[in-house]
Amino acid sequence: MKTNLIYTFAIACALAAAGCAHKPGQLTHLPSTAAPVVQDTQPNPFPLPTEGNNPQPTWEEINGMKADRAALAANTIHFAYDSAAIRKAESANIQAVAAALKSDPSTKLMIEGNCDERGTEEYNRALGERRAGAARNALIKLGISGDRVVTKSFGKDKPVGPGHDEASRAQNRRDEFVLLHPANGATPMGGS
Amino acid sequence: MKNYLKICLAILFAVSVANFTHAQGDQPIVIQREGTTFGMKPIPVSLDGFSGDAESVLKFDLYVQGFSFVSAADAQYQISGNNSANVIGNVTDKFAKKVILSRSYTGGSLRSEAHAFANEIVEAITGKPGISLLRGSTAKIAFKAQPKGSGPGEIYISDFDGHNSQVATPEKTIVAAPSWVPGHLALCYNSYAMDNNPYIFYHDYVSGQRKVIARYGGSNISPSVSPDGGKVAMVLDKDGDRPNIYVANIDGSNLRRLTTGEEDSSPCWSPDGKWICFATKISEHRCLAKVPASGGEVQRIPTSGVLNPTEPDWSPDGKWIAFTSQMGDFNICVMPADGSAAPVTITNGEDPSWAPNSRTLIFARRSGWTYTLSVLDVFTKQAKDIGRISGSDSEPAWAR
Repeated sequence: MKTNLIYTFAIACALAAAGCAHKPGQLTHLPSTAAPVVQDTQPNPFPLPTEGNNPQPTWEEINGMKADRAALAANTIHFAYDSAAIRKAESANIQAVAAALKSDPSTKLMIEGNCDERGTEEYNRALGERRAGAARNALIKLGISGDRVVTKSFGKDKPVGPGHDEASRAQNRRDEFVLLHPANGATPMGGS
Repeated sequence: MKNYLKICLAILFAVSVANFTHAQGDQPIVIQREGTTFGMKPIPVSLDGFSGDAESVLKFDLYVQGFSFVSAADAQYQISGNNSANVIGNVTDKFAKKVILSRSYTGGSLRSEAHAFANEIVEAITGKPGISLLRGSTAKIAFKAQPKGSGPGEIYISDFDGHNSQVATPEKTIVAAPSWVPGHLALCYNSYAMDNNPYIFYHDYVSGQRKVIARYGGSNISPSVSPDGGKVAMVLDKDGDRPNIYVANIDGSNLRRLTTGEEDSSPCWSPDGKWICFATKISEHRCLAKVPASGGEVQRIPTSGVLNPTEPDWSPDGKWIAFTSQMGDFNICVMPADGSAAPVTITNGEDPSWAPNSRTLIFARRSGWTYTLSVLDVFTKQAKDIGRISGSDSEPAWAR
């Protein structure tokens, strides 16, 4: 009994020492502090072999094409904070982009993913890529071949909304769709 | 029961030793670990006889390595000298009653001589190398500078205190994520200079040579060079699933995909080069994880008590991982790399990068909606901003 008391006291001391930098009263962390877990090991939940079914086209295939930013400008889609999920309200825009690609098989598409100013920089750069990838996957589901759609992210480096309020941030959390025409094809309507 | 008694006595002893050795003042003990303590008191020194650049260099360098400035009467070590021509100075240990360092410097700028003196002061007092010099020259950092806070910018290289900055890219476009090639005056970074696409470049500032090492379909972002300089970890989306962690030789050859995580970002290396640590999401929880650099199982690194960890950086001595947490604010956190204790939150900020001493960090501190770089001694929590050269300076990387 006595040793139990001392043990409890010792743990309390250790916790008090360990917890000071945080809010007071974080004594609920006892198990992890008293018995440190060295490694939380678990099997890789994302096995590799099934991946890579829809590889991106190379930039060499894309860079020579004529970019038409106007054609699909009205179909820019927007995202919730810190999310790459495409909202139901955006399905008409995705359908419109798919229709444009289906109507002219010579075209390709570049999707540019963007973020608002909150969040760390490289996290946001990956988030922008995931947003672009979400739209790419949606188009693939609608029958567009993955080798016609390339993605890139600007992270939080290319905002369109100038402010720091929610209205500007909501504008900035977006995918822009850039229609790509063959370099030697007919000049597209709407300029380059 | 006997074991319990032993354990509790051991813990009591550890706690009392910690209190005895480090809690003389009003600063709390946070974690005692192998003789290193978060929340430790700075070493009190006095500084007399210096002026101008020499004085400001000595004060900055010592402050960000855990020293505080007090009167000569209250000092544990007295630093005195002058910079009327060159930097000359000595250090007296008041307890041992002897001069432990006496030096004069010639041939450099006043700043570089003062950095050299600061480096020797730290080594004389602590027995560990200072951070002011790297391979004989004033230690460097690289960072991203954006005049308008977002949009186009350049990578800059400067002294670690922000002085002597030089532009390191010719872009006027979006640049990001400089990562030093250890042992060389060379960087890998992300730039949109070619085709306005995010590619990864290798840039050697001795030869002037610069080349693209990753330009796969999708984004090529977040490069991190291995400790031996031979490999680069990065985030690619070429396979069209989602951005994941890849590794290649430093020339871009021999590319290999390492992960398939849902939300992978910001890779860094363990100092032995065996692991790549990164931010991800496993079983619906955002966390840090590590994967063998040669491929293998992804292992979660517990960060109990803090949420949304990103931007890990593994200390050069292998003991610590610093990272950014987001719980409302963005905070710099430090935890033992083996996960044996919970992370300690040090201060508001993002994107930490370790100095070679494994106790000083440089990070990006948000001021309004732009960033200023700040240098932080994690064990005393002493931090000083460095001069800003553009509208927003961020993504610092300490040269190794």
